[in-house]
Amino acid sequence: MPGLEDLYREIILDHYRNPRNRGELETPPAISVDGHNPLCGDEITLYVLVEDGVVSEIKTNGQGCSISQSSASMMTQAIRGRTLAEAEALIHHFKHMMSIEDHHHDEPGEAPALGDLEALQGVVKFPVRIKCAVLAWNTLSQALESA
Amino acid sequence: MFDLARIRNDFPHLQRSLEGSPVVYLDSANTSQKPTAVIEAMKHFTEHSYAPINRSAYRMAAAATDAYENARTLIANFINAGSPDEVVFTKNATESLNLFAQGWSRQRLQQGDVVVLTHMEHHANIVPWQMMAAERGIEIRWIPLTDDGQLDLSDLDNIIDGASVVSFTAMSNVLGTMNPVREIVDRSHAAGATVMVDACQSVPHAVTDVQAMGADLIAFSGHKMLGPSGIGVLWGRPDILDQLPPLMGGGNMIDDVRLDTFSCAPVPAKFEAGTPPIIEAIGLGAAVEYLSSIGMAEIRQHEMELTQYALDTLTERFGSDIVIHGPRNIEERGGVLSFAFRDLHPHDVSQILDEKNVCVRAGHHCAKPLMRIIEAHATVRASLYLYNDTNDVDILADALTSADDIFGL
Repeated sequence: MPGLEDLYREIILDHYRNPRNRGELETPPAISVDGHNPLCGDEITLYVLVEDGVVSEIKTNGQGCSISQSSASMMTQAIRGRTLAEAEALIHHFKHMMSIEDHHHDEPGEAPALGDLEALQGVVKFPVRIKCAVLAWNTLSQALESA
Repeated sequence: MFDLARIRNDFPHLQRSLEGSPVVYLDSANTSQKPTAVIEAMKHFTEHSYAPINRSAYRMAAAATDAYENARTLIANFINAGSPDEVVFTKNATESLNLFAQGWSRQRLQQGDVVVLTHMEHHANIVPWQMMAAERGIEIRWIPLTDDGQLDLSDLDNIIDGASVVSFTAMSNVLGTMNPVREIVDRSHAAGATVMVDACQSVPHAVTDVQAMGADLIAFSGHKMLGPSGIGVLWGRPDILDQLPPLMGGGNMIDDVRLDTFSCAPVPAKFEAGTPPIIEAIGLGAAVEYLSSIGMAEIRQHEMELTQYALDTLTERFGSDIVIHGPRNIEERGGVLSFAFRDLHPHDVSQILDEKNVCVRAGHHCAKPLMRIIEAHATVRASLYLYNDTNDVDILADALTSADDIFGL
């Protein structure tokens, strides 16, 4: 069994203890989408403001485990200021890292840098937790579809 | 005599070690481990006696039918049913609950008829009624909880007034609460209701006497009581089962079929369409024989002592860092310990425990309405059974301590 230190990296615990971009945005103009993991009850509400094809503001609310919460926190940092196309590419790239999507789904071009999100790589060794890590990302996909 | 060392030896899966450490299985409210007696009974039947039941005329088929019906008799005796015909084999307790909820609603309930449930029900005793509420216009009323996780019966007579059905759990799969079944049954009957008891959590852990319970129907699952998955039971009073329509049509459940109509076989065949889980029935029969050989009263006694030990140990070691849900009085609860640990999310607690081979459930336990009421999105649930000992509880407590190393609290 892989060690827990592969899962609970310091940067993950930091985002869990001090989540970034937590809160709400006024809807409209922002849109909000709820995501939940029916298996464990983790819940997330994602607020996304898209202006001129750019995610200009993003906030999350909800509750869940360290993996789902830190993933959501890091995601907001990575997504804010990105164009919709860049955001889509990041989603694909992250899901690929979580080994739930093949690279051929990726948009052509260079893979975007994941930054802090690389810390979540260890989650792949704990298959039950992959759902936790991708909850925020699936919710973001839904939000961008309706944006 | 309750010989714990011998009992533990009867469960091959509990003898395993993972990466050098023993497996500490504390998830029996989810599903139980299986003793050699059950595994061997199913293997032996499969190797020596397997054949179709209720169909073919050769001797092997007749012997298989006898074995299947013998399992029904063993289970009838185990719950003190009046006759084996009162025991209907289903897939699990969920199917048993659906069989009654859907059949009874469509047959008997009209727009505005009232069904009473409780706030501590498993989804299996909520969703089927919600489906019927949408289809038939039934009104659902709820028996609320007290602060310490018991049913609040102070307004019961008003809630059940005019109810057609009262359906409630004998024991909460989240709080461990053992409900006063007989009292609720009697008061519901006095109000004119038909009463169903979800006995899925109680039958594996305490003496079950359907005649003493007084309910009209009860549901339970084989896999939680040392039997295999894929088999459950609906027990019902003969007159109720006669009136209840089948949920599934097909082979075995008919008396006659013509191009324009069919007639049903008598109970219990009426409810057992298609080839049933034959090997699983043999396994469940062996499970109740095994449980009876130890004694359900002895098992309950062991679990009460162990639950007390667990409550004391966890409270002494972690004080206000642990919040255990449900009643404190051991007489009023079973060995289901749902808790919050510090401010850690149950998933993370479960992950840390898994590192020490401690198997618990983390989540909402298929009781989301209850979780909302107790204001917990999720809990960690450690559940005990006859094969658990104080050492298992100590390892759980030690493993919880290691959360410090990870989360630095």
